[in-house]
Amino acid sequence: MSARDRILERVRAGLKRPTPVSVARPERSLAPMARPVSHLLNDFIARAESLQSTVAQVADLNAVPAAVAEYLQAQGLPRKSVIWPSLKALDWFSSGLTAEARPPVSEDRLGITETFCGIAETGTLLLHSGVDHFSTTSLLPETHIAILRVDRLVERMEQAFALMQSELDQLPRATNFISGPSRTADIEQTIVIGAHGPRRVHIILVG
Amino acid sequence: MKIRSEQFKGNVRKQLADEALQSNLSRFGGGFADRRRDALVKVDDFEALRDRGASIRAEVLENLDYWLLKFEAEAQRRGTQVHWAETGAEANQILLNIARNAGVQRVVKSKSMVSEESGLNEVLTEAGMTVTETDLGEYILQLANEPPSHIIAPAIHKSRDEVSALFEKHHGTPRTDDIPSLCEEARGQLRPHFLAADMGVSGGNFLIAETGSVTIVTNEGNGRMVTTLPRVHVAMTGIEKVLPTLEDLSAILRLLPRSATGQDITNYVSILTGVRDEGAMDGPQENHVILVDNGRSRLLGGDLHDALRCIRCGACMNHCPVYQNIGGHAYGWVYPGPIGAILTPAFLGLEKALDLPQASTLCAACEVVCPVRIPLPDLMRVLREKELTQGLRPWHERLSIRLWRWLALHPGWYAFAARWGTRLLRGMAGSDRLLHTLPGLDGWTQGRDMPAPQGETFRDQWRKKQAAERKIIPIRLDSSPSEKKAGLKK
Ligand code: SF4
Repeated sequence: MSARDRILERVRAGLKRPTPVSVARPERSLAPMARPVSHLLNDFIARAESLQSTVAQVADLNAVPAAVAEYLQAQGLPRKSVIWPSLKALDWFSSGLTAEARPPVSEDRLGITETFCGIAETGTLLLHSGVDHFSTTSLLPETHIAILRVDRLVERMEQAFALMQSELDQLPRATNFISGPSRTADIEQTIVIGAHGPRRVHIILVG
Repeated sequence: MKIRSEQFKGNVRKQLADEALQSNLSRFGGGFADRRRDALVKVDDFEALRDRGASIRAEVLENLDYWLLKFEAEAQRRGTQVHWAETGAEANQILLNIARNAGVQRVVKSKSMVSEESGLNEVLTEAGMTVTETDLGEYILQLANEPPSHIIAPAIHKSRDEVSALFEKHHGTPRTDDIPSLCEEARGQLRPHFLAADMGVSGGNFLIAETGSVTIVTNEGNGRMVTTLPRVHVAMTGIEKVLPTLEDLSAILRLLPRSATGQDITNYVSILTGVRDEGAMDGPQENHVILVDNGRSRLLGGDLHDALRCIRCGACMNHCPVYQNIGGHAYGWVYPGPIGAILTPAFLGLEKALDLPQASTLCAACEVVCPVRIPLPDLMRVLREKELTQGLRPWHERLSIRLWRWLALHPGWYAFAARWGTRLLRGMAGSDRLLHTLPGLDGWTQGRDMPAPQGETFRDQWRKKQAAERKIIPIRLDSSPSEKKAGLKK
């Protein structure tokens, strides 16, 4: 008998029955939200900001490069970025930015991504991996700018999963919920922003 | 991890006498517990969420074998290799084989309590690999060569000075008392390790049965690095960590961070499914999950079954007055605090942790905060009872309980003993009416005085009260039962 068989045997013995042939997918009512959402956009912004993300809003996608330039100017950051290939078509040059569509290396200081959807309950971004969606763009550079369409806001995490299920063939290799810049409280429980991941998360809402 | 739970009393004495530790622990009070409270103020109905969390976890356990097999099938479908280990040693061996087959030299780890159970780091180091812990707390402890003292804040017992001294020694950097600078230094030190590693080892906060995914919850981002950058990823986790669906995960995630650190959500929740997509630029090419039993399956269906609901939030220790005074190391194994007082004897054997279920005042603060409603004090009582019935308590304790039992079954003698006992104690007390020592109970009186009993015993008072009431409302005691009935009817 393998370790697997012996473990399963003990489970069955403990539960005093054979392994059920099938168990129905639990049909639970929707779980209560912790903090209900009264206004998708306003709640998303307020909660994202409470997690130390910063938020800007522009009317359409073409206005994104200028908004990025403005943010970098205000933060005193260099105007050089790695971007997801899907953002290549935007006119970065006119706003004085260089944008390279490639996965980042550790020295890259700014990564710009799109966002699959935003969750208003917690002010969270959902990004997933894919051939053109490098997971490292939102991880290695010290600043992450996420572009999020306002019509991609949902109330709660369950809806984000439903959206993935309806739009993607299967669950991507990595599904990352991102809620603000990385942080640690491991020394004297003092919260410090900027642990291993980005120190800044800037969300540009479009629409 | 080395087991020191048998020496609990000695550990406690040491921890209480350690002034630096006591000062670090005194800072603890206002931390996580206050943040949790502040987070809950914003929540609509936390009790309803706790009900949901408890029922999800309870239902999973009812069909644990089914959900594990479902997880295995789905994970394999996506190219994840699933391994099963009965013990920690077996889990280490499986991981070692994976590493050897893949020609691994450098391993980076994000926090995994199961790998603490199994003592993985030593095994990998002995096999000639370099292992780097990347959670800041775990990294500090790796430098200090110490075990964690808390399940979510492993280095909570260390002050910034101690951290700075460690960094000076290992990095050769000047001392600082600025916490952000210390964090920055660790970031700089660890980045090259992430980039150079061949293998990432993580824990798994949850396994999702219907998608075959491993879920990792972190704040620092090290969990993402460890599961994204190296070419091999291995998640090592306990068999009880399954959730059926992503909806269940959504519900549980409303409970976990709030209960743990008072955050509405952790910075990162990563759901990892399968291996790198064809043509993708990142993600591991090899992905493994090791399902570790190590004593868990034995608890199913038994009287400690409910302890397997635990989602490792740490709230029970954050709110435990005993933990706050003695710190996590006193418990002598991986899991401290109330849940540790149950899991350590449950996983290792009661005889290895006799004092742990006793290390509680049964104040029930842990039960009140537990997000999945584990009846922790009841489970400690179950273990206490087992110790007694299995003859594992010291003879004088067993004898006194016997004596007590006999007295409780003989009310006349009980009254007699109580009456004379209180008189005796009164006689033994000084003019301050306090007992400074008690024969055989000096452990208790070392830290406190016992007030001598005053006045009459309860039973004497009760009898008098009854007699007084009888004078007011006379009841005829000489009537026959039938007459009494008739009298009542009137
Ligand atoms: S027993 Fe409850 S409170 Fe303690 S760590 Fe587990 S889930 Fe959290």
